[in-house]
Amino acid sequence: MEIAVGAFVAAGFVALFFLAMQVSNLGALDTSETYEVTARFDNIGSLKVKAPVTMAGVEVGRVSGIGFDQERYQAVVTLAIYERYDRIPDDTFAKILTAGLLGEQYVGLDPGGSETYLEQGDEIEITQSAMVLEEVIGQFIFGKAKEE
Amino acid sequence: MKAALARLGSATLDSVGTLGRAALLLLRILEGQAEVARKPRLLLEQLFSVGVLTVLIVAVSGLFVGMVLSLQGYYVLSQFAAESTLGVMVAASLLRELGPVVTALLFAGRAGSALTAEIGLMKATEQLSGLEMMAVDPVRRVLAPRFLAGFLAMPLLAVLFSTLGVLGGWFVGVGLLGVDDGTWWGQMQARIDWSEDLGNGVVKSLVFGFVCTWIAVFRGYDCVPTSAGVSRATTRTVVHASLAVLGLDFVLTALMFR
Repeated sequence: MEIAVGAFVAAGFVALFFLAMQVSNLGALDTSETYEVTARFDNIGSLKVKAPVTMAGVEVGRVSGIGFDQERYQAVVTLAIYERYDRIPDDTFAKILTAGLLGEQYVGLDPGGSETYLEQGDEIEITQSAMVLEEVIGQFIFGKAKEE
Repeated sequence: MKAALARLGSATLDSVGTLGRAALLLLRILEGQAEVARKPRLLLEQLFSVGVLTVLIVAVSGLFVGMVLSLQGYYVLSQFAAESTLGVMVAASLLRELGPVVTALLFAGRAGSALTAEIGLMKATEQLSGLEMMAVDPVRRVLAPRFLAGFLAMPLLAVLFSTLGVLGGWFVGVGLLGVDDGTWWGQMQARIDWSEDLGNGVVKSLVFGFVCTWIAVFRGYDCVPTSAGVSRATTRTVVHASLAVLGLDFVLTALMFR
């Protein structure tokens, strides 16, 4: 009987472990050290904290904070880049992209050509805001009306 | 007219009184946990009868629920050419809702009714009074180990249900319906969050275990000590525990998944 109870509890823990590792994203959790850089955008769309930051499609960090600058009326996004990616040029271009057509938004980085690299506390100067679907549709309709 | 109002009043007073007795019993059971820690043999026996013996029904149900979920989900998702999200759908449904809730309903039906019947029969055959005569507190000796066993067994059973459900869903989705194996696991691992989905599901199963076992143990202890009383108490356990689980599920879901 003790064996049965022991087996039951063990099976429960194995199942929990399986669910944690194989079913949820715990297996892919990256707990490496990060350094933070900021980027300012006119419109971040639906970007959320913990959204991925990618370069060439590979995840190099996560969005760790989103703030608002009341002086210049811009969104200030803090990106936490993993320490091992320490050769990102400081004239890198940051854009907010959408995964798929209506998926969740993430930050994509395009490398620049500078010899100096981003460090803790630097700011990414060149940015492109998110594409807001309504604005694009509005522009399309306005353009069509102009043609006529 | 007056008689109807009087009946309504006495029914309300009865319900409130029952709730009060249940709360007081819970306090005594929680106090009695110290004794369970000193006599782990009691807990072991109860874990066997409450946990191990429920594994079969939970495992088989989990497997079939997962398989059906995968089958039905495939038919709906294929209309939108979204079969690649079948894994996410099955896993999210199981981890967040079906795992804890269906396991709790099965637990209430199988283990809850067994607990109520056992304790009720002990009361009807005066075994509980006998223990009191021997200066052994029946709440500490009989009820507290069963309560702890139920509380500990529920999350384990819920996790087993979810695991077998995911595996059953995989068998149907990837094995029988042709969804790609890598897509199934890859999408699932990307979208299912360990704290939001799995963690919340485990918290739910803990709450359900607490409530189901509390209701089962109270109904047994509080029943009318006749055979009719015991059977009425057993039915009430299953009904009330099931309703409580479903009601709490809604409240917890509203709180957890904003």
